[in-house]
Amino acid sequence: MEKEMKIKHPMREQEPRERKKNFNEVPFGYDEETAVAEAERCLQCKKEPCRQGCPVEVDIPAFIGLIKERKFSESIFKLKEKNNLPAICGRVCPQETQCEALCLRAKKGEPVGVGRLERFIADWELAHGVEIPPLPAPSGKRVAVVGSGPAGLTCAGDLARMGHDVTIFEAFHIPGGVLVYGIPEFRLPKEIVAREVDYIKRLGVKLEVNVVVGKTLTVDELFDEGFQAIFIGTGAGLPQFLGVPGENLLGVYSANEFLTRTNLMKAYLFPLYDTPIKVGKNVAVVGAGNVAMDSARTALRLGAENVYIVYRRSEKEMPARLEEIHHAEEEGIQFNLLTNPVRLFGGDNGWVKGMECLKMRLGDPDESGRRSPIPIEGSEFVFEVDTVVIAVGQTPNPLVPQTTSGLKTGRKGTIEADENGQTSRRGVWAGGDIVTGAATVINAMGAGKTAAKSIDQYLNSLA
Amino acid sequence: MYRLITKKVLSSVHKLFEVDAPLVARKAKPGQFVILRVDDQGERIPLTIADADPERGTITIIFQEVGLTTQYLGAKESGEYLADFVGPLGKPMELPSPGGRVIAVGGGVGIAPVYPKVKALHNAGLNVISIIGARTREFLILEDEMRAVSAELHICTDDGSYGQHGFVSDILQQFLDDGKPIEEIIAVGPLPMMRVVANQTRPYGVKTLVSLNPIMVDGTGMCGACRVTVGGKTRFTCVDGPVFDAHQVDFDELRARAGMYLDKEKMALENCRCGGAH
Ligand SMILES: Cc1cc2nc3c(=O)[nH]c(=O)nc-3n(C[C@H](O)[C@H](O)[C@H](O)COP(=O)(O)OP(=O)(O)OC[C@H]3O[C@@H](n4cnc5c(N)ncnc54)[C@H](O)[C@@H]3O)c2cc1C
Ligand code: FES
Repeated sequence: MEKEMKIKHPMREQEPRERKKNFNEVPFGYDEETAVAEAERCLQCKKEPCRQGCPVEVDIPAFIGLIKERKFSESIFKLKEKNNLPAICGRVCPQETQCEALCLRAKKGEPVGVGRLERFIADWELAHGVEIPPLPAPSGKRVAVVGSGPAGLTCAGDLARMGHDVTIFEAFHIPGGVLVYGIPEFRLPKEIVAREVDYIKRLGVKLEVNVVVGKTLTVDELFDEGFQAIFIGTGAGLPQFLGVPGENLLGVYSANEFLTRTNLMKAYLFPLYDTPIKVGKNVAVVGAGNVAMDSARTALRLGAENVYIVYRRSEKEMPARLEEIHHAEEEGIQFNLLTNPVRLFGGDNGWVKGMECLKMRLGDPDESGRRSPIPIEGSEFVFEVDTVVIAVGQTPNPLVPQTTSGLKTGRKGTIEADENGQTSRRGVWAGGDIVTGAATVINAMGAGKTAAKSIDQYLNSLA
Repeated sequence: MYRLITKKVLSSVHKLFEVDAPLVARKAKPGQFVILRVDDQGERIPLTIADADPERGTITIIFQEVGLTTQYLGAKESGEYLADFVGPLGKPMELPSPGGRVIAVGGGVGIAPVYPKVKALHNAGLNVISIIGARTREFLILEDEMRAVSAELHICTDDGSYGQHGFVSDILQQFLDDGKPIEEIIAVGPLPMMRVVANQTRPYGVKTLVSLNPIMVDGTGMCGACRVTVGGKTRFTCVDGPVFDAHQVDFDELRARAGMYLDKEKMALENCRCGGAH
């Protein structure tokens, strides 16, 4: 028994051999018995260190305690006091560096599976019908939220729960941001995102899709239309390329395009859906973050025979979530580490045919604290590829900053905001990847939450 | 959902729709485009804004039924709806300085994107010499509209069935050779035509602009599907364009990229949802 308590209850998963051929979700989630048993592993310690690891301060011991007592609807209610999107967070948060990293149990074994329990209880609610909390009387104040990623959705949901009249403006035809266009179905089913968005709408939030702020409407026009405060959560959507020769060859994709075609446009269901995608036999994905792992595993599911992660640093520096790396390895993704592409070349037909790389070694740590890669002279080698996905990072889209007067921006095109999310322009807040650069779902949600509090105070101070 | 208000059949393969899209109509400027999706299974395709009426809140689009999505679109009737319609996207065109000779060249369905530009120049008080052409008389669109906004209108068809027998570049050559200075040439049409015009005007050093229509997904700069090499640099057509200096565009690359999904498109056409209509 004691030994059993040292590790998390495993979550049943699709077998790697099977799952690499389909887009269904990989883990199945806990059933009630397993969830209760896992909840019993929580020591309910006084210090609650896990809570400090949570960017939105979920009362973790309380919701887990309620699972243990099988008070499921009370548990989800507790969780949702702080987190409007638990079914998503339970699936994509890097728990190993947050709540679970601080768990007392982690000192002598595995931490409590906080993420798995969060997922369980959120899914339990989705299966049993989502309850809308009582809403306060309308304040009569109007807020516009730009972008419907986790930052925008959270900010909108919280403001609605404070009684404000909120409208979200989204550029794409479907809300959710990276949750719908970036993170693949097999990791975060789009049905789950749709239900979480539905919950936000049922809180009274209005949603206008197909509105590109900066083009269709500007921030100034939103003020003219009577919005009293504006939250900008437009994310970090611009793809970065390597800047090496051959990047415009056919078969070379930015990860954004590759994933958007597959997830948002459902190219994996082509020709039932009209958007096509092309994946050859040998696919190289450049980069080793979550975006790269998602691209690699997507390529595999689209029929590639060999999928390589090409990364210029070593295994230790890979920024992806542990579980993603682990799943990718299980599925047979091949890791070419300490390898840096210097050139892509194509055949007569214009399609990419090969990738020339240099071997690297690690030097001293750079400003980010990671050891920087140094090319090894004369180590050039070439390998055959017919599809390349570039997943080396995204930067903020300049559309909103460029078209909004009085908005200060940082060096990398991010919007400058203080600890409350307030920008240099009165009445305008910002949060999520547009402020921090590409980060995490939960950080974006945390920023949306903080801004909502600050916006509420501001609105209440207006006559 | 975006209502299709009127439909006009311009030729057996060219159609026009007026779409109810007040927010887009309020902002649209010549040179800009929209991205639309016909239905929930549809792909996102860009189409140039051929006209905008801010008062009525409508946008006019004109298209040739070349592939899957344009065929679905063509099968729609007025009163029906499009799933999505977003814009205006891309940079508006810049007006040339007044006084000089401006020549607009439109080939095939390229006459549709040329028209709003000529109209804008006309409204700004500039005289435009327009040259339009098509494969055959049947496919020549917007003749009356072009005539109404052009100081001179020259017409040609590849088969000689209407206007001068020959290509738009043949007519353009006469103006390049007549010794009078040309301020600017705007050419829109199929890629081969734009390439011919670019090569033709380069030795004369005449400023020549083309409007590109590569494959797009989002239309806001987030995917890079629309990238094109201009003057040796990678640019995104949807945010840096769609209008570029013709002499700087790498047409070979554009042409190759435009064909990236041709086999898939063929497959989709064979499986199409149009209920045997095509
Ligand atoms: C493939 C991928 C996998 C990831 N995996 C993980 C993971 O496992 N765990 C994790 O924590 N994080 C992950 N991340 C990072 C995480 O998704 C982001 O940090 C988070 O989504 C940022 O949220 P956001 O609300 O700031 O922006 P986004 O989610 O980017 O949303 C921004 C929204 O604003 C819209 N928008 C942009 N410009 C405009 C405009 N001008 N007008 C109107 N709307 C506009 C966009 O269309 C988009 O819907 C991943 C990211 C990617 C790309
Ligand atoms: S269409 Fe995606 S960046 Fe231009």
